[in-house]
Amino acid sequence: MSDQDTILDEHIAGEYKYGFASDIAQETVAAGLSEDTVRFISAKKNEPEWMLEWRLTAYRQWLKMKQPHWQNVHFHDINFQDIIYYAAPKKKPEYKSLDEVDPELLAVYDKLGLPKEEQKILAGVAVDFVMDSESVITTYKATLAEKGIIFCSISEAIREHPALVKQYLGSVVPPRDNYYSALNSAVFSDGSFVYIPKGVRCPMELSTYFRINAQNTGQFERTLIIAEEGSYVSYLEGCTAPMRDENQLHAAVVELVTMDNAEIKYSTVQNWYPGDKEGKGGIYNFVTKRGLCKGVNSKISWTQVETGSAITWKYPSCILKGDNSIGEFYSVAVTNNYQQADTGTKMIHIGKNTRSRIVSKGISGGKSQNSYRGLVQVAGTAENAYNFSQCDSLLLGDKCGAHTFPYLEIKNKSAQVEHEATTSKIGEDLMFYCNQRGLTSEEAVDMIVNGYCKEVFKQLPMEFAVEAQKLLSISLEGSVG
Amino acid sequence: MLHIKNLHARVGDKEILKGLTLDINPGEVHAIMGPNGTGKSTLASIIAGKTDYEVTAGEILFHGKNILEMSADERAREGIFLAFQYPVEIPGVSTTNFMKAALNAKRKHQGLEPITAKDFLKLMNEKRQLVELDKSYLSRSINEGFSGGEKKRNEIFQMAMLEPLFSVMDETDSGLDIDALRIVAEGVNKLRNKDNAFLVITHYQRLLNYIVPDFVHVMYDGRIVKTGDKNLALRMEEKGYDWIKEEVGA
Repeated sequence: MSDQDTILDEHIAGEYKYGFASDIAQETVAAGLSEDTVRFISAKKNEPEWMLEWRLTAYRQWLKMKQPHWQNVHFHDINFQDIIYYAAPKKKPEYKSLDEVDPELLAVYDKLGLPKEEQKILAGVAVDFVMDSESVITTYKATLAEKGIIFCSISEAIREHPALVKQYLGSVVPPRDNYYSALNSAVFSDGSFVYIPKGVRCPMELSTYFRINAQNTGQFERTLIIAEEGSYVSYLEGCTAPMRDENQLHAAVVELVTMDNAEIKYSTVQNWYPGDKEGKGGIYNFVTKRGLCKGVNSKISWTQVETGSAITWKYPSCILKGDNSIGEFYSVAVTNNYQQADTGTKMIHIGKNTRSRIVSKGISGGKSQNSYRGLVQVAGTAENAYNFSQCDSLLLGDKCGAHTFPYLEIKNKSAQVEHEATTSKIGEDLMFYCNQRGLTSEEAVDMIVNGYCKEVFKQLPMEFAVEAQKLLSISLEGSVG
Repeated sequence: MLHIKNLHARVGDKEILKGLTLDINPGEVHAIMGPNGTGKSTLASIIAGKTDYEVTAGEILFHGKNILEMSADERAREGIFLAFQYPVEIPGVSTTNFMKAALNAKRKHQGLEPITAKDFLKLMNEKRQLVELDKSYLSRSINEGFSGGEKKRNEIFQMAMLEPLFSVMDETDSGLDIDALRIVAEGVNKLRNKDNAFLVITHYQRLLNYIVPDFVHVMYDGRIVKTGDKNLALRMEEKGYDWIKEEVGA
């Protein structure tokens, strides 16, 4: 026991410096995936036996599954034996100073207005920890602890709050749900855990940004958020700055659960490396995100701004089980150059008087392909269910593509389902109008696109929205001829 | 200020302007009248820099610079403004944001710092009153759900904000009731000064009762065929365009 405590202490103490100075877990497992890999990961994380078993079950299920190909994106089959499933953070940062970093990347950081220290972390430059940020994090954690809120890494939660994890992990996205959720369940590296107790309104936006170790949890991230009765939390995921990353495949799983009268607002800004202008390199972002409105009058709201990744493939969804529960999905998906996105949502109405709202804005430029895929399902039990879907596509140029795949499965006659879809181009008249007022074509596109996405942006927390707007401008650079 | 010499332009195979010449000096208001399809709106578009037309001969000098070599946005920043006949809607972009971007684009061109939020609000408040535009319009998406009259007032409001040296008004009076016409015209009159100039394109004399021109030109078949003072507009109103056609031997 005392041994375990020591290890635990080391981990907790080491967590903050994870990846920069710590000597813990410097090893890397050889490429490839087997039961041994799963055991290795679990052991490295000092997981209890039940967690290992859970991972192994998922692994065995994954073995029986096949890579899905129904999505409207194209890529070569991934060789899962080529992937390194456990890589401890690099002992030494790649660069000694910002001077060694790709100037183009730095130019983007400057445009986003990021402080130099932050740029260093993102680009993988050695940093000395700033005392300021450490104290910020401490204050922050104290405030949360006072309210009984748990916000920690999922690894920590497995060790410290096993009962909660055991009860909810995989309860919304079961490992067998799909190929990538099974894979994630077997090998997930880390992620976030949030628990909001009954009646508590989380006093601040929770963001992984404040957790330094989040820099290194990329590849198979696992997030679990539980909002007890009458509670509220707003969670921000991601970062507007393009992060340097060695991993090609990102297969995260996010699970949300709301009890009676609880609300979770989950906002994402995703800007992984999209590959170069010829479409080489870039991240595959295959994510399973799902929320369960378990209690009555509960609400889950997804807002996403997706500008990065070579391939984005995800459908943040809501299962509206509790009567009167509400699901929302607001999305801006931007693709440029050779990027591909197949994204949308699923709204599963089970409870009575459940309501859902979908607002999707797809913007395609360059030679990119952008698909919206959405399912609205109304079960026989869902009396008076209501859905409104609005799917708009904007094309910049004539070499890109926009596609909409709406699926409706309605099994209750009292349901009311509305679907609106538009596809538009930025007309010459509109461009000329803006030009005539002195705006360059690039400034005009910026303004028009930001206006087009306003309905989604206004769902984001203020600061995030401002960053998202800047990000959009940068992503669309060079998209107009 | 603006000198158009022997301008020829076409769209596709169709020649629309056939040797148009026009000189406009600071402080002047010129009106162009003429029947449909004679090239009035084409002239406005070409001055503003719309690329649908091919200029085959002639030149347009603005303060000595050949603007045919400039893009539309460059011309705008140099001080050319077009009040559109059919202003477009820009969903999600408020008039406030649009004007701020436009004004700062121009200021940047002039080597000035972006306007401060305080000065900008003050300026907007002052200018919107010129055309009696309610404050609420400024925060709404530009022209979205505006009536025809409100759109035109918004055009003149933008003109007031940007203080162009040379403004073209392309049938600003079309679709306006008599009250809106008066408001728009009075707004324009307040903007007139010794340094700026206006080109007013219209079908009807009634606008010219309010915005009194120094010169009236009659355009026919891609050319200016007659020039006079404000009385020419009255004669046009009275006699129609047929006598012009006869006079030029069409």
